[in-house]
Amino acid sequence: MTHTAYDGPPDYRLVGEHGMFPQTSHDEKARFNFLAHLNRHLASRVLPGVKQAYDARVAPKITPRTRHDVRKALLEDPLFQHWSAQRRNTMELRQQAGRWVTIRQGEALNAKAKVLTDGDPRLSLDPDLVIPNYLAKIDHHCMPGSYHDELVPGDVTGAANYDCGIFVTTGGGLGRFNDGGGHAVVRWMKMNRPDFAPKRILDIGGGLGQNVIPIAQAYPDAEVVCVDTGAPVLRYGLARAKEMGVDNVRFVQANAENLSMFPDGHFDWVQSTMFLHETSVKAMPRIMAESHRLLAPGGIVIHVEQPQYADDMPLFDQAMRDWDAFYNNEPFWTKMHELDLDHWMMEAGFAKDELLHGGVAAVVDAELFPEHANDDVEDFGRKAAWHIVGGEKRAA
Amino acid sequence: MNQPLDPLSLAGAKPKGKRPFFLKDPDVERVMAITMAVAQELAVMRERLDTVERLLETKGISREEIEAFQPTPEQADDRGRWMQEYLARIMRIYQQDIEALSRPDEPSSEDVGNELARG
Repeated sequence: MTHTAYDGPPDYRLVGEHGMFPQTSHDEKARFNFLAHLNRHLASRVLPGVKQAYDARVAPKITPRTRHDVRKALLEDPLFQHWSAQRRNTMELRQQAGRWVTIRQGEALNAKAKVLTDGDPRLSLDPDLVIPNYLAKIDHHCMPGSYHDELVPGDVTGAANYDCGIFVTTGGGLGRFNDGGGHAVVRWMKMNRPDFAPKRILDIGGGLGQNVIPIAQAYPDAEVVCVDTGAPVLRYGLARAKEMGVDNVRFVQANAENLSMFPDGHFDWVQSTMFLHETSVKAMPRIMAESHRLLAPGGIVIHVEQPQYADDMPLFDQAMRDWDAFYNNEPFWTKMHELDLDHWMMEAGFAKDELLHGGVAAVVDAELFPEHANDDVEDFGRKAAWHIVGGEKRAA
Repeated sequence: MNQPLDPLSLAGAKPKGKRPFFLKDPDVERVMAITMAVAQELAVMRERLDTVERLLETKGISREEIEAFQPTPEQADDRGRWMQEYLARIMRIYQQDIEALSRPDEPSSEDVGNELARG
């Protein structure tokens, strides 16, 4: 037996287990290991074949004008069909595996979250909040119940499922606490704005706070607010933050299109991480306008997303990146990635010379977890490497 | 009593949004989904066995011993019987297809039922 250097997903047992993390049995860990490997196999061993099949037997027969022409032609190819069927099925297996873990211990998880959050002023829930249509109409990334449904009052099982299972989708690429995106943003900020000392930071669509926790840790004197529409993720998020010893984050249930509870210029930093693609054409200008309004002079807005579909991106790549939009319940993904985000930022009030652009890759504990910056496996749309589109409001 | 948090009924819940099927025959995709779930459970079993073997190693039973294990003739017979039974279960559909070859004119239950219903 030969031993080459191991290049694959880390063992699930290296995942960071904060105090709110669900317990997993040997078999449940093994199931997550299998699914992380299955995703990795599909990305590294099958997906390159889809490209070969496209070049060899699909492309010669078509003259595509758009990525949609490419996708529709691919839908007729047997290898794309099988890769797609496997990728969809793997997501469903992942959701089932995670839900089994958290629902079987749901009463204990919910009780623990209740003890940690009851009466804590850092959790503000709004039972009258209307879930916006872009979240209510479909369960994003095939996650039953999305971020907002509750199986029972006080439920956190869906949020815990997100937390314990997202490891599977990127093979650990988001780091031990699924916070590689947040660490990446911190690194970018420390490198590009070393003297920036924000007093108040807002994370919109922040979910369970997985990406804002590293920001709160890096700026411990800042007041940090995580806004989301889902009560379960916020409840879990506060409990999780407390168990991780992070005390400067408030979790507020609200729609990022209307944050009128905060006055103009209230925040020095407004952040969104992989959020805009889960909204809509109607919502995005409102979200961007609110972000501009809430920003203090001298403040900075940062949106982190997968790269836009620029003209120089091959149509095949665009079509593959669209896969999650059509087949993994990310409906706005396709439209969002063709929009001119600079234009929308300027509509929201930023001048052209106030705009920011950059690239970041997940920052993880590289001793234990794979670094996607140095990873040549392209899992279109899922690689933990992103673009930044942002804006800086000039100091008054 | 109604169990509100029953993983048997809730873990595999369908997400909101119509499911896409990709293969030419959706039934083939269904069989694929079942096969991959079984493959998953085999991997789970393999990881557990690996744990057992490694724990045994710490208790003085080496992997080499496991690798070199020779069953006694009785043990080998037991294992052989188990394997035969296992394969007979898995390959049942072929057995029945083959048996049907020699009974080409068999009526279906519906045929028989229609016959029995006639006055």
